[in-house]
Parts: sequence; C-alpha cells; structure tokens
Amino acid sequence: MKREITLRVNNKDEVIVIDDADTLLEVLRDRLKLWSVRESCGVGACGSCTVLLDGRPASSCFLLAARTTGHDIVTLEGLGDGAELHYIQEAFVSQRALQCAYCTPGFILSVKALLDETPEPSDEEIREYLAGNLCRCAGYADILRAVRVAQDKKKSLAFKE
Amino acid sequence: MANLAIVGQSVYRTDANPKVTGRALHVGNIEMPGMLHVAVLRSPYPHARIRHIDKSRAEALAGVAVVLTGAEIAKMPAVDAHFGPAFRDQPILAVEKVCYAGDPVVAVAAVDKRLAEDALQLVEVDYEPLPAVFDVLEAVTPESALVHEQHRPAKAFADLAHVQAGRQSNICYHFKLRTGDVERAFAEADRVFEDTFSSPAAQHVPMEPHVTLVYLDEHERLNVWTASQSPSYVRTELSATFGIPMNRIRVRVPYLGGGYGAKLYAKLEPLVTILALITKKPVRYALTREEEFLTITKHKVVTRIQTAIKDGTVTARKCEVYWDTGAYAEIGPRIGHKSGYTSAGPYRIPNVCIDSYCVYTNRVPAGAFRGFGVPQVIWAYDSQTDMIARAIGADPVEFRLKPALDEGEPFATGTIVRSFGIKEAIREAAQAIEWSKPRAAPSGTKSRGKGIAAGVKAVLTPSISGAIVILNADGTANVLSSTVEMGQGSETTMGQIVAEELGISLEQVHIVQPDTDATPYDTITAGSRSTYHMGNAARSAAAKIKAELCEVVAARLEVAADDLVAGKGRIFVRGMEERGMTVGEIFLAKFGSLGTTLAAEAVCQPAASHMDPETGQSEKCTEYWFPSATAAEVEVDTETGQVKVLQLVSVGDTGTSINPRHCEQQLLGAALTHLGLTLFEEMVFDEGQLVNGSLLDYQIASFKDMPESVRPIVVQVPHEDGPFGAKGAGETGALTVAPAIANAIEDAVGVRICDLPITAEKILRALTDKEGTAVSIGSTTS
Ligand code: FES
Ligand code: FES
Repeated sequence: MKREITLRVNNKDEVIVIDDADTLLEVLRDRLKLWSVRESCGVGACGSCTVLLDGRPASSCFLLAARTTGHDIVTLEGLGDGAELHYIQEAFVSQRALQCAYCTPGFILSVKALLDETPEPSDEEIREYLAGNLCRCAGYADILRAVRVAQDKKKSLAFKE
Repeated sequence: MANLAIVGQSVYRTDANPKVTGRALHVGNIEMPGMLHVAVLRSPYPHARIRHIDKSRAEALAGVAVVLTGAEIAKMPAVDAHFGPAFRDQPILAVEKVCYAGDPVVAVAAVDKRLAEDALQLVEVDYEPLPAVFDVLEAVTPESALVHEQHRPAKAFADLAHVQAGRQSNICYHFKLRTGDVERAFAEADRVFEDTFSSPAAQHVPMEPHVTLVYLDEHERLNVWTASQSPSYVRTELSATFGIPMNRIRVRVPYLGGGYGAKLYAKLEPLVTILALITKKPVRYALTREEEFLTITKHKVVTRIQTAIKDGTVTARKCEVYWDTGAYAEIGPRIGHKSGYTSAGPYRIPNVCIDSYCVYTNRVPAGAFRGFGVPQVIWAYDSQTDMIARAIGADPVEFRLKPALDEGEPFATGTIVRSFGIKEAIREAAQAIEWSKPRAAPSGTKSRGKGIAAGVKAVLTPSISGAIVILNADGTANVLSSTVEMGQGSETTMGQIVAEELGISLEQVHIVQPDTDATPYDTITAGSRSTYHMGNAARSAAAKIKAELCEVVAARLEVAADDLVAGKGRIFVRGMEERGMTVGEIFLAKFGSLGTTLAAEAVCQPAASHMDPETGQSEKCTEYWFPSATAAEVEVDTETGQVKVLQLVSVGDTGTSINPRHCEQQLLGAALTHLGLTLFEEMVFDEGQLVNGSLLDYQIASFKDMPESVRPIVVQVPHEDGPFGAKGAGETGALTVAPAIANAIEDAVGVRICDLPITAEKILRALTDKEGTAVSIGSTTS
C-alpha cells in the first residue's frame, strides 16, 4: 500500500510517498539519492548499507522505511559539516583504510557509533563491533589503525571543548 | 634508484577524498530518464532441454517493456546468440537448453525492478531434464553426460589463439608440458610420493555486485556504463556479438566496488545491450547478491601430484590438474594454460610432466579469481613439498631453498627466469616467523605450529596496454588509460609514474577513467599486470613529451638535450636548476601561444615466444614472475579441531615498489581474503544446486578472522624492463596462504589436510583417524 511518511534524514524532514514494502535502503537511494548508502548482500549480513538510526548502526536493507519514522537517520552525507572531512574520514585517509571503498561509508558510520558508545575500545571490542561490516579488499588492519587514530582525535577534541 | 622525486614514495591515494565521502561514482549511481530495470528468470535445472516458454501473461503486464527469450535472440539475423573470451559457448539467454542451475533463461525489462520481478512470476517454462555431470573427474570419463556438443573458439585474445574446436568431450582445453625423462626418474627413485589435493568453488564476493547500464545516445550509438575490469574487451565483444562498428560503441567504467577477477570479460553487457536495442530505452541491470553467486566462481580444482625423490632431492614431478570450469568455459582455458605450466613449482626439477585439463560440468561457470588459478596449483605442490620434507626428515625451509631457481636458470617451460626473488621471499618469511626457534610446548589441548609455503605466478603474456599522455600549457597533464581503478590504487600509481617522468607534482596529473571513446586499448585490469604494462605505456608516452620539451629547451639555451632533466614543473640543465624553462615558457617558444597541448601515445606489448603444444617448452613464456611466500603460526585445539591463526606473514617480490605502502596493502589484503578461502569458504552444491548462495550462508573473512599479528613484507627485486623496475602486486599475497596454514597445522598436531577448506571438522576427523591408526595421514609412499 502507498502512504506518505516523514523521515528525519541527516537533520532534515523528508516527506515522501512510499510503498509499505519499500526498505529504508530503497528510499534513501532511489528517492533521496543518498548514494553513499550501498546495497551489497540485501540480507543484513554485510554492513554496506549501514546508516545510523538514533546513533546506532543499522542495516538499511533490512529495515522497512515505514518503520523508521520518528527516528533520527544519518547517512555518510550527514556526517560532519559537509565542508571539511570529519576526523573519522581523515583517519581513514591517513591510515589508507580504503581500497575499492564500496564498504567505506558503512565502516565510517559504524566507527562513529562505536566511538560514541565506547570512547576507548579494546582491540577485542573493535573487532566485535565491526564484525558486521565486511570488506572484501580485507583492509581490516588499516581500518583498525584508523579507529585508533580517530579515537585519539576525538579525545583531543573533547579535551579542547 | 637515483634521484627519484615521487616514485618509491608512499604518497596517499589520489582517489581518497571521493571515496571517503561516499561520492565516488559507481555504475549503480547513474540514472537515465525513462530507465528500465531488469529481472532474469534462471533455470532450476542443472541440465535440461527447453521445450516451451509461455511469456504472454508477463508481456501483458502494464509497465513491462519486453520479455525476451534465447530462442528469439537466436533468430535475430545480425546477432551472435553466444559469447565468451575463449569459446563462444555462453548464450545471452539459454538457447534450446540450460547448462546449469542458475542459467539465465528469460529476461524482463520493466519500469521498475519489482514489476520486472513480478512479471517473471507469470512466465512458464517447460523443461525436459537431461543427464548432468557435477564432478570434474567424472566429467572426463567417456561415459559422462556431455555439457556441450561442440566447442567454438572465440579468437579474441592472442594468447588463446591456439584453443581448438572440439567435440564429444567435456575437456575443452588440455595443456601439456614434458621435459626430461620422467618415467626413468620415477623408476630410479628412492621414494615416490603420490597425493591428491582439492580446492572448492568459491565466489569473489565483490561488495559491489555486477551492474551494467546501456542506452543509445542521440546518434543511436551504444553507450555502456559497466562495472567491468575489461572495458576494451567489452567493446570488442559487443561489436562481435551485435555486428556494431567499434566506433559506435562507447564503454565507460567509473570506480569499481571490487573485482578480484569476477568482473572480467563480458558478463551482463550482451544481455543489457540487446534489451536496450529492442526497447530503445536506457536499461540497467544490477545483480542481486544471490545472482552474483550464480554468475561466476573460482575454479574448483583437483590435482594429482607424484614426486620422485632420489638422494634427498626432487628428481621428477608429474601433475594432473583438473579445472572444473562449469557450464561455460569463460576464461578457464587461459587459466588451465598459464597456471598449468607453473604447477610443478619454482624449483629445479629435471624431469617434469604436466597435464592440465579444463573441463565442462553442469555447475556455475568458473573464471579468474585473484591469483588466476595459481593458488590452487600451489595448494597442491607446496603442500606436497612440505609433506615430503617432513617424511624424509629434511628441514622444510631448506628443502625449498635448495632447489629454488636462481636468476638465469630455466623454469619447467625452458624459459630462463629473471627478477626472481623466490629465495629472498622464503628467507624473509622464515625469518619473520622465527622459523628456527624451537616450538612452544603444547598447553592443555592446544598445540602450536609454524608453516612456510612458497610459489610463483607468471604474468599473462602476451598482452597489450596503450596510454596517451596530454600535457597542458600550465604544466598539468591528463593521462588516458583503460586501467580500471578497482581499489588497487592504479590511479595513484600511474599518477606517480607520469609525474616522475614529466617532473611535475602528483596533483598536476589527472587520470582519465576508462572510456573507449578516448582511452586506448588495454587487455584487462587483472593478473597484476597494470603497473608494469600500463605503467610502462604511460611512462613511455610521458617520455616522448619530455623529449619534445627538451628539444625546445636545448635549442633555446644552446645545451645538449641529454644534459636536461625534468623537475618541479620545469626542464633544466642537470645540476643547474636556474638554467631552464617552465612548461608555459616552452609552449610559448614552440607554439607561440599557450592555448595548445602536447600529446603522445605509447603501447606496451611484451611478446611471448611460441610454446610447443606437445612439450610446453618456450624460450619465453612470460614477461615476468611473482614469487610469493607465506609464513603462518597456528594454534590447534585438539579437542575441537579449531584453528586459531596467530601470525600471518605475507611476502611478495613486487619488483621495485612505486608506492611501497600500497604494495604492502595489496599483499595483506590478498592474504587475508585467502585466509577465509583457506579456512571456511566453499560453494556447496547438491546435485548441481547451489546450497549456500547468499551472504547469510556463505561466510567471508571479517574483522574477527584477522590474526592478531599480520605483516606484509615487500621484497624488491627490480625488473630491468619494468617502469622504474616495478612488476606488480595484486595477487602475490594470495598465492601461498592455504599451504602455509596446512603446513603449520601439520607442524602443530601432525595431521595433513589435503582438501580445502580446512575446517575444524576435517581436522578433528584427521586427529581421530591418526589416533586410531597411528600412521601419518596423507602421503602414500612406495
Ligand atoms: S546490503 Fe544491507 S547489510 Fe548487506
Ligand atoms: S575497500 Fe573494498 S570492500 Fe572494503
């Protein structure tokens, strides 16, 4: 069934007519043209389509759009101020934590949520938290280092405030 | 190398910004007005005749533009209904019969994807099941069901010019190598080892599944946006299939979300093209993950290997390699050939006999996979090398080092090897893992062990890369190259090479993405060939421009052109930076104006010499080699069979590194991917039906599978003809992972696993058998 819903995406209210069967992934990509959100497995198993739902990582391919009204949705387009790279993005660049980068948007959002939840994670916690994001280029060692660099940056920013 | 400004520096990726913001263009982000979406009905049977297709109800659905069958394509006069890089055996849509469960049968293009899928539900296909063959060893027997009644060579690539038409056999290609007197060596041997190894079909799982968009432009020219590793080939194939002149086909490839061999040659392009031609609308087909599993796989391989030992050394080796290429040959023959001739290893073995068979079965087609088949053959020969060393009481590292080929010695093909850092790689690996240190004592049910593996891959030869460099009046340059940026960092590498040659900065070089309207021919972006081939082409083109610039400066300043060098955006007299001219000044001097460009083209086209079809002997079978070694330390729990990889060291001889950090990244990425392939990845089939074709059921390496200690080591043996001495790095880390793990497991608990993947269950079974029989597992000795 078609219906009109309001989605809060990247701090903006979006009024859209959707079909009940539409996934959040379909709405974000096909309707809102937020291309950083990527489909890969379609079954919630790879993390390529990760968005932040009220600050927590969620697979948008596995969520019905209709169910996400009233929640705060953030995609990579909504990270930072848009003018400069967010420090997590900078850490990914400086640690070369990207190759084909199809997985990168999902990883960056998961790292954001991880550091918000656990500002000083152990290696074990990082591995556990990011296990739902797959990278077939297998840049896991680089991503691990990027998390550490981002973590230090976050700490120094908090200290300044 | 003396005085290099940017080559050899680990500069950051030039494509980092668009990638880290998610703005990098992928085919899936390109939309056209009125674009149609595709859904494909696939065969439920592994082998069946198509009796009848009723598509009338689907066609009647509003919003459906076309419902197409293979029989209709076969009737189109100007269209070849079949395509393929080695044999034209793969139908765009099944004609008369289906050859694997998953074979595309009917395609629908409709205004949206869901509607296209709904339409498929209304199509009825009547099949008559045929006898099928699923096992590669069964497929080579005379009693086997035949997958194809005849084989039609494609003639698209020079290195495949020798594949032959065949009939009444599932063997579509047979490579032979014969050197020395193998029978005699076996007769005179002290011991003979005979083993069989297997590795299963697996999927590449690029995070971006295949996707292709085709439309006709205002000139009715065919425009193709496709996630492909071989844009030039796609154009050739579409031209051959549809009889369209090449200059009326434009193939473009933006950033690729991973390839690993899956996106080589033609995949969705012929189908999407025909749908666009029929509907006259833009058509996009994006595979679902489940369809990706049914499109292309890594070859399942069974290798029988016999080795003769005399006085503690290997005197002869016999290899029989069976490549299960599935329902369509795809690039299987090239793999059977190129990997086949390396299957006795990088060793001095005077008597070698190799038979490598590429075999059709009724399974998902198999093609290139990071390593091009070489990981599968190394799995066999290195595992056995290790078993022999242990059986005869030799040190496994020394047992490899002693017969490893030195620079200037002949390979089994008779080709003299050069830039061949296999010994360096083995030594580095052994040192990194502290091979000679005594092993820790087992604690409780846990035992630790170390393993080393070594092997070599040869680059595809002959092949061709062309590049055009355009120098602008402000000293910036554009590089036209058909190399696809798929994560390997080729844009950065080519940028470094051209910047170095022209003496400009990396920021001043722009790499134009593949666009067959503008970028010259390139064989493929694969096989670790781009840095060498495209790098050489781009460097030579830049050198031509530099020579032109130097000529002007030499005349102006009245100095010899030989005394001039390029640097900091200028051409100046060596050692006297102030005596020179900027590019702008040179342009003014040469053209009297700034509004112009200087362009040059160069082609890198290494040749191979003839290979004798009976003996596999060739004066030069390859342009260069990739020696690889892996060291691993594992901990095996004898109660559960669980393996924990504690350390993984990946060593590769990449030639001189253009960007050392990126070479390390390639080694490690390939190694970690192959760790997953070693320990758990396997496409499981039941009577030809894929059982685990989704990422819920098919596991790939995640963060949790990364060993605590991972280390890439780049060995740099320069290649005299490589750009600045470089070779390549994309596959080297993949080559030797599996045997290193198996060898470490035997070191830890004394059991040998010969069939990949090495699961806990297999180890436990082997441990139980060992306790029961108290003899060593694996080798049969006589
Ligand atoms: S595409 Fe959503 S988790 Fe894989
Ligand atoms: S960078 Fe390619 S999948 Fe992660």
